[in-house]
Amino acid sequence: MIRVELPHHLRTLAGVKGHEVTLNVDGPVTVRSVLDALEARYPVLCGTIRDHVTQERRAFLRFFACEQDLTHDSVDAPLPEAVVRGKEPLIVLGAIAGG
Amino acid sequence: MSLVRVLAGTKKGAFLLTSDGKRESWDVSGPHFAGWEIYHMKGSPVNPDRIYASQTSGWFGQVMQRSNDGGKTWETVGNKFVYDGTPGTHQWYDGTPHPWEFKRVWHLEPSLTDAEAVYAGAEDAGLFLSKDGGKEWAELPGLRGHGSGPNWQPGAGGLCLHTIILDPKDADRIYIAISAAGAFRTDDGGATWKPINKGLYSKYIPDPTAEVGHCVHHIAMNPERPGVLFMQKHWDVMRSDDAGDNWTKVSGNLPTDFGFAIDVHAHEPETVYVVPIKSDSEHFPLDGQLKVYRSRMGGNEWEPLTKGLPQKDCYVNVLRDAMAVDRLDKCGVYFGTTGGQIYVSADAGDNWKPIVQNLPAVLSVEVQTLS
Repeated sequence: MIRVELPHHLRTLAGVKGHEVTLNVDGPVTVRSVLDALEARYPVLCGTIRDHVTQERRAFLRFFACEQDLTHDSVDAPLPEAVVRGKEPLIVLGAIAGG
Repeated sequence: MSLVRVLAGTKKGAFLLTSDGKRESWDVSGPHFAGWEIYHMKGSPVNPDRIYASQTSGWFGQVMQRSNDGGKTWETVGNKFVYDGTPGTHQWYDGTPHPWEFKRVWHLEPSLTDAEAVYAGAEDAGLFLSKDGGKEWAELPGLRGHGSGPNWQPGAGGLCLHTIILDPKDADRIYIAISAAGAFRTDDGGATWKPINKGLYSKYIPDPTAEVGHCVHHIAMNPERPGVLFMQKHWDVMRSDDAGDNWTKVSGNLPTDFGFAIDVHAHEPETVYVVPIKSDSEHFPLDGQLKVYRSRMGGNEWEPLTKGLPQKDCYVNVLRDAMAVDRLDKCGVYFGTTGGQIYVSADAGDNWKPIVQNLPAVLSVEVQTLS
C-alpha cells in the first residue's frame, strides 16, 4: 500500500480522517501513478493538485518523500523504495506563501 | 411569513445569514468551506434551496459546490473549466500576448427557468454554462471569439468576467462585463456577442472611447425593466436606456464616482445605490466616512445615506459583487465590506445596521427573498 499525506484543505475536501490515505497502485510507483490512483479514489481532488488538462502540478504545491524534495523530478521517475514499501509517505505539501 | 437569506462569500469561507421579514434578528451559519475563498454564491430563482458556490484557492484551484437544502449541506460538483478549442492569447499587463489560463470563477448566475442550468463567469474571462447542476461545464465560445478577445487586458484584479445579467423578458439576451474589456451583450443565447461600450470614456487608455478596453466594475438592472442598465465603471457611474447600446454619465453630484458596487431598488427602477470610494489609489471611503449614495432620479442627483454607518475612521472597501437588494416591501439593501461587516437597511437605505461585524473580508453578497 502506498501512503500519501495530504494538506489540511485537501483532506477536508476529500472527507479524509487522519493525515494520510493509503492507495493500491498498479505498476511502477511514480508521482503520476500515485496521483492517478488518488484521483480515481477521490474524484473531488481532480484539478486541485494538478491541472485537469495539462496535468501540470499546481504552482504552490510540492512533493516530498524520505526528506527529499521531488517536486522538480519527472513525474514518471520511480519513487523511493521506502515509499513503494509503504514505510514512508509521499507528501503533498502546500507551499508556505502569502506572508 | 417572509424570510430572507443572505449569502455571503468571504476570503475565508461562506456564511449564510437568515432573518424574518423584519430583518432585525439574524441567525448566522458558517463558516462553510472554512479557509477557502468563496468568490460568489447564488440561489436558483426556480428552486431557492438550490444554491451554487464558487470555492477557490491560490494553492488548490477551483472547487464548485452546490446545496439542495438551502445551504445546510453541500456537495462538490464539477470543477473542470476548459476553454473551447485553441484558447489563443489576450494581452498581458505590458501589452504582450499572454495565453488564456483558467484561474477561478468570479460569478455564478443560475438560470431564471431551470434550476439545473447555471452560468459561470471566469478569470481569465470566459463564460461557461452547466446544464446539469454544475457537474459539467462548457464554454460559450462566441464571447471570446467575437474578435476583440486578443486585445483584452486584465484589470488590477485579473481578466475577470464578473457580471452576468439574464434578461427575464428575453431568454436569448444576456449581459456580461469584464475587467478591463468592458460590457457585452448577446441577443441569441450566447452564440454571438457585441461590445456595448458606446458612451464610455476612459481617459487612461490609448483611445478613451475605444470599442473595448474599459474597466467596467459592475452593472445592475431592475428585472421589471430589463432594457435599463446602471454601471459603476472604474471612474464614472453610467446608465443606458437602450440595453447598453448607448451610455450616459450620471455621476452628477457624487463626491467621487470611483467605486465598485451598484444596485437598483427592487420596486423603484429609478432608485439606484452606489458606495463611492475615494480613488483607484486609495480603496476606501472619502474622509473615513462610509456612505451609501442613493439616487431616486436614475442618477445625477444623489443623496448620502449615513444613519447607522460609521462616519469616522472607516477605511474599508465594498467590492463589486458585495451589494444586493431583497424583494420585500420595504426593499432591503445589503452590502459587505473588506473589514468583515455586512450591513442591512430594511427601509431602502434610510437606516442601516450591521448584521455581523467581524467576518473575513467580504467578497460577495446575495440575498434570497423566501416566503
